[in-house]
Amino acid sequence: MTHIFQERQSILNDNIIEEATIVEQMIEKIINALINKDTNLLQEIIDIDEAKVNSLVIGINEMIIQLIARFQPEAGDLRSIMMIYKINADFERIAKKSSKIAKSILLLMDEPPLKPFQDVPQMLEATLSMLKDSITSFATNNVQLAYDVCERDDIVDKYRSHISRELLIVMIEDSSLIQKSQSIERITRNIERIADHATNIAEDVIYIVEGEFIKTKKSKS
Amino acid sequence: MINNILKVENLSASYDDKVIIQNINLEFPKNKVTAIMGPSGCGKTTLLRCLNRMHELTPNAKVSGKIFLESAYLNDNFMELNSTDPILVRRRIGMVFQRPNIFPNLTIYQNVLAGYLLNGIKLKKQEADDIVEENLNLAALWDEVKGNLKKRGTFLSGGQQQRLCIARALAMKPDVLLLDEPTSALDPISTQRIEDLIVELQKAVTIIIVTHNVGQAGRVSDFVAFLYLGDLIEYGLTDNIFTNPKNLQTEKFLTGKIS
Repeated sequence: MTHIFQERQSILNDNIIEEATIVEQMIEKIINALINKDTNLLQEIIDIDEAKVNSLVIGINEMIIQLIARFQPEAGDLRSIMMIYKINADFERIAKKSSKIAKSILLLMDEPPLKPFQDVPQMLEATLSMLKDSITSFATNNVQLAYDVCERDDIVDKYRSHISRELLIVMIEDSSLIQKSQSIERITRNIERIADHATNIAEDVIYIVEGEFIKTKKSKS
Repeated sequence: MINNILKVENLSASYDDKVIIQNINLEFPKNKVTAIMGPSGCGKTTLLRCLNRMHELTPNAKVSGKIFLESAYLNDNFMELNSTDPILVRRRIGMVFQRPNIFPNLTIYQNVLAGYLLNGIKLKKQEADDIVEENLNLAALWDEVKGNLKKRGTFLSGGQQQRLCIARALAMKPDVLLLDEPTSALDPISTQRIEDLIVELQKAVTIIIVTHNVGQAGRVSDFVAFLYLGDLIEYGLTDNIFTNPKNLQTEKFLTGKIS
């Protein structure tokens, strides 16, 4: 491959890592906003970060299409570029869901918290740790870490089931809290999906390194 | 901002009254690689050969239109090629052909300096040594031949000979280097070395390459001109033409529906 290909591949990698960093920071901001009751951080996610990611998504898509059209990459280069295309889409979805979570939390911020809501920061921490490790596994081609991320998806799923059960009890006991409970339910659903995206990224890293498509997660209805 | 070095206006060329290219208007950006691509017989080599007045050497060839070169080496920084001495034109616009055409009776050292020898330009020993080393380095050949400079170039591989031809062309410090399918006679490894070289060389010289190989145009060029049946169909950034050509003919050529 020519130097141009290698230069462009390197720029592509820099861009996806930049996107990864913003996406990680979005979740860190949600956690900090919850701990410090900082609505400014949530507003930043909604007003600035999502747009930054969307702009990177478009740029990365263009770069990938140009790389494939001009250089017809093969083997490891092809696997890496195709998976970056998928990971780019995962980051876009994570940014979208983070923004939705931020909007939902903003509406709940002024009200007294329900008990199940107290577990949300821990669920977010577990998800953030999965996301960070999936990104590290991508940046370092660490396939063992990628397998580890896939296994940890269950932890986040368990948080969601646990919070859902508690919310059910809250709603049964006091019907005036149904709307608020449903907001928390939406938040946990979006966090769980972010964890799914982190798992997807880890699976893509396994494909880049080993050339085998794997699906560690059972499909959900 | 893109600075154009070579400007072609209403260029038409023919052999024996058979029109090969017609009314081509095109500008070539400085220190960039422009690929001229198109199916066989579309006129891409003829266009290239008009750019340094080689076309007119063919019997019964005709050329009309104008070509302008901007160059800091020229008295007025500017010349119109068809009203300039063709020897001077070819010194400013060098050319490398499909098959390596080194001088078999000259050493590698003399081959690099052939342009000076043929033009009767005398060089001091140190000056000549410097030119040889600098241009063999530019052509990424120095390390492979530095111990054999006094040997004839005929023992070199095809790819090395082609790089020697590039060094010979570069030795005259041209503004523009024309490459006419420079890898069509080479194996894949030599082809890749030449492609890498083309990308590197654009820092020193503007490159215009004719290629029938769409993949090569994609890999090495910044701009692409697509010719079909003697007409310039589309010209633009390689990134744009390869992903979203505006013309249906270009689309058909790139997707292998016309060849």
